[in-house]
Amino acid sequence: MATVDLSPLEKDLLDITQRDFPLSPRPYATLARRLNVTEEAVLGAFRSLQTQGVVGRIGAVWAQGAVGSSCLAALKVPSARLEAVAATVNAHPEVNHNYERDHPWNLWFVVAARDEPAREAVLDAIAAETGLPLLRLPMEQGHHLDLGFAIDWSAPAAPVPVTVPIPVKEKRP
Amino acid sequence: MTLLSAAPFLDDLDLALVDALGTGLPLTHRPYADLGTPLGLSEAAVLSRLTRLQDTGVIRRFGAIVRHREVGYRANAMCVFDIADDLAAEAGALLAARPEVTLCYRRRRQRPEWPYNLFAMVHGKQRDEVSARVARMIRDCGLDSVPRAVLFGVRRFKQGGGCYGRPRSVTPAEVLS
Repeated sequence: MATVDLSPLEKDLLDITQRDFPLSPRPYATLARRLNVTEEAVLGAFRSLQTQGVVGRIGAVWAQGAVGSSCLAALKVPSARLEAVAATVNAHPEVNHNYERDHPWNLWFVVAARDEPAREAVLDAIAAETGLPLLRLPMEQGHHLDLGFAIDWSAPAAPVPVTVPIPVKEKRP
Repeated sequence: MTLLSAAPFLDDLDLALVDALGTGLPLTHRPYADLGTPLGLSEAAVLSRLTRLQDTGVIRRFGAIVRHREVGYRANAMCVFDIADDLAAEAGALLAARPEVTLCYRRRRQRPEWPYNLFAMVHGKQRDEVSARVARMIRDCGLDSVPRAVLFGVRRFKQGGGCYGRPRSVTPAEVLS
């Protein structure tokens, strides 16, 4: 994927709407008035932001524990199995934010389910399917939770990495 | 922040709204009306429910969910500390107040494999720059003597909001800096 090249309107929308999205019948028209553009231009900019993958969605960040039950988890995966295990983990729709990190505990992900028993069932299934040691690290206290972030539009970005396709299914030995 | 319990706040229609919002607000002229139609909720009902959920803190933030990597924030460090339980709240508050920290929380330990209980996320454009800011943060917060680890993201296999059981398309892995 090429480095994104955002229009001034797209940047304005990112700066404003991470925290301040109108809860009114025509929110895109409300934003358009504020930015002195048309509603169609705002809708087009959001479509472009979503197509480029910059905006995952317009939606809610829920208070921890208010909606369902989530847990950070990690697996210690032999490097030869990492991509296959990541695919096994990703196959569970309750999994999000699945990252490789540079540590012996090398695969980190969040499981969010309807309630704690459902969450633990997903984690049990992942442990059984992979046969690997699993960390379950539920949150006990939040000090600073996702409030959006101010994007520095001037600083240079790192070089663009390549995309690695991963296999869909792992063959167990 | 205290942990909220779902029961006093959310009825079945609220939970249906949670599910509907998992794929995002539609990009239409009347998105709240369109969100409510399949649920049998009017536009006004959707708006009043979302407003109530926001006012009561169930929704911490409503708006564009930005994917950091796509705006050039390719380096992310998960900094973890093994800090005495009676000092964790104070250290957490110090870390959370730092401008470079995007998320900070205390988690359950899993001894002996995982002794760390305090987590702080630092995002940036370049790994070297993030490393330097993490070192400064640790020094400024007086955490030099606290056992810790810094885990950089190497590849992203999936990113997305919690779906709470809803199916979602699988995305390919992407290499981070």
